[in-house]
Amino acid sequence: MNDHPPLNPMARLWSWRYIVLRRLTQFFTLLLFFGSAHWGWSLNSEGSRAIPLLAGNLSGSEFMGIIPMADPFAALQIFLTGHLLQFEVIIGALIVLGFYALIGGRMFCAWVCPINPVTDLAGWLRVRFDIRPTFLLSRNTRYFVLAMTLILSVLTGLAAFEWVSPVGMAHREILFGLGFGGAVILAIFFFDLFILKHGWCGHLCPLGAFWSIVGKINPTLKVRFDKTTCTHCGECAKVCPEPQVLNLKLLEARGLVFSGECSNCGRCTPVCPEGSLVFDFKPLIKKHNALAQGSVSKVEP
Amino acid sequence: MSTHRRDFLVRMMQGATLATTGGLGWAYLLRQEARAQPFALRPPGALPEADFNAACIKCGQCVIDCPPLILKLQPAGGLLPVGTPYFEPRTGACVMCPDIPCMKACPTGALSPALKRIEDARMGLAVIDIENCLSYKGLRCEICHRECPIKGKAITLELHPRQTSKHAMFIPIVHSDACTGCGICVKACPTTEAAIRILPHALVQGKIGEHYRLGWTRDDEVTQTFDASAAAPVLEEVANKAAGPVKGTATDYLNDGGL
Repeated sequence: MNDHPPLNPMARLWSWRYIVLRRLTQFFTLLLFFGSAHWGWSLNSEGSRAIPLLAGNLSGSEFMGIIPMADPFAALQIFLTGHLLQFEVIIGALIVLGFYALIGGRMFCAWVCPINPVTDLAGWLRVRFDIRPTFLLSRNTRYFVLAMTLILSVLTGLAAFEWVSPVGMAHREILFGLGFGGAVILAIFFFDLFILKHGWCGHLCPLGAFWSIVGKINPTLKVRFDKTTCTHCGECAKVCPEPQVLNLKLLEARGLVFSGECSNCGRCTPVCPEGSLVFDFKPLIKKHNALAQGSVSKVEP
Repeated sequence: MSTHRRDFLVRMMQGATLATTGGLGWAYLLRQEARAQPFALRPPGALPEADFNAACIKCGQCVIDCPPLILKLQPAGGLLPVGTPYFEPRTGACVMCPDIPCMKACPTGALSPALKRIEDARMGLAVIDIENCLSYKGLRCEICHRECPIKGKAITLELHPRQTSKHAMFIPIVHSDACTGCGICVKACPTTEAAIRILPHALVQGKIGEHYRLGWTRDDEVTQTFDASAAAPVLEEVANKAAGPVKGTATDYLNDGGL
């Protein structure tokens, strides 16, 4: 580890490319919603009324008055309450589900979710001040919370997570007026900072669990793993908020970060000193790895 | 019993206990949140309480598409269920857009498209505080009556003449078959605190019950018919009894000074 030379300032900036991109996506998504809600960002309509550019919030929205979007997890919960869903929200949920199924379910978590910057900050501070864990919790807890969400939706007749979701609260309250949600966000921040590392996003959030399951599909954007260059230095696992996805055995077998729990945040790719972890188009990964291994095996004997 | 199986069972029980306690706490929270609902004034077309709670996705599209911008989404920790739309008539009454854009914006149908005419909306019901209503004090206010968008149907005036030295009262009467609960009357009411309020129907409306028969109203259902032939023997018996000491009919009895 110590034999990696320190980066020069420009390279250092370049190594932050993904976090900058993620913050920009998060910010501009929010800005699109906010501008449409408060600054009259709209299309000049044919009729008397202007059509808002992006009306709604992450739970449900409409883009340019035509494309409906809806949180498929919220729609699923509402479906389970027994309410007959309207066509519009079903189409919207399928659009969003299809989009994230294509590029990776947890892309939502790392690139869009408004809670992500909060928990990222807590995670960063935790490393910075070397705060030891209070207790450990299985990362699979989130799947139980997910199951509980669905069961409670059936039993109570209310979309169980939507009624308590800090994600929804944060986003709604930024767009539609502040309330107690800020306190919930703070609670999550301190929970992540002092109680459990990556506690909310990595252990509890059922929405993250939902997107993890969807993320198993992702046929496009994956982090490629090149076992011929990897030196097992472990830098990637240090920065990864879901280090279990970087299980070396699995990585070597698959040649890519396979788990749906990977949020494609891109933290690992710039820190890898050998460049063994790189974003790549999934269908090309196999070929690349075969080539890389081929060239190594040609050189070695 | 092997330790292996024992460990497994204990772990299962631990998991089940965690799940049940956690689930109970969570369900309690949901119930608490949903309980506040009867006090909410919802946008037009809102489904009944429980259905609305189930269906609303809390997206706020109705809020954005509301032309007079009166709708709000309840932030967490407030009096109403979190994230659901509502309005407060005193500060922002529903202007009853004929095309109902808020209902059209709703993706889930929590604001039901079954509502075709805004006049059929039932957001709540206007209720008058007769102790503080200016009209009940004999002042010619009637602002609610004049501002009401369901002209002459939802709020009518009833004339109550009084003694000579006092002004007649023109008191406003709300009719639930026409009142949409838009709250324009509440917004217009000139008293310091509005003397007319919009309340959800469940909080103010009673139910008379099926068994009452108001026989004296013209359009009331007829439950018994008078059959003269069936009644004849009974009448005769009564007449015979009465014919004892006093002669003649009841009229004769009175005319003859029997009283």
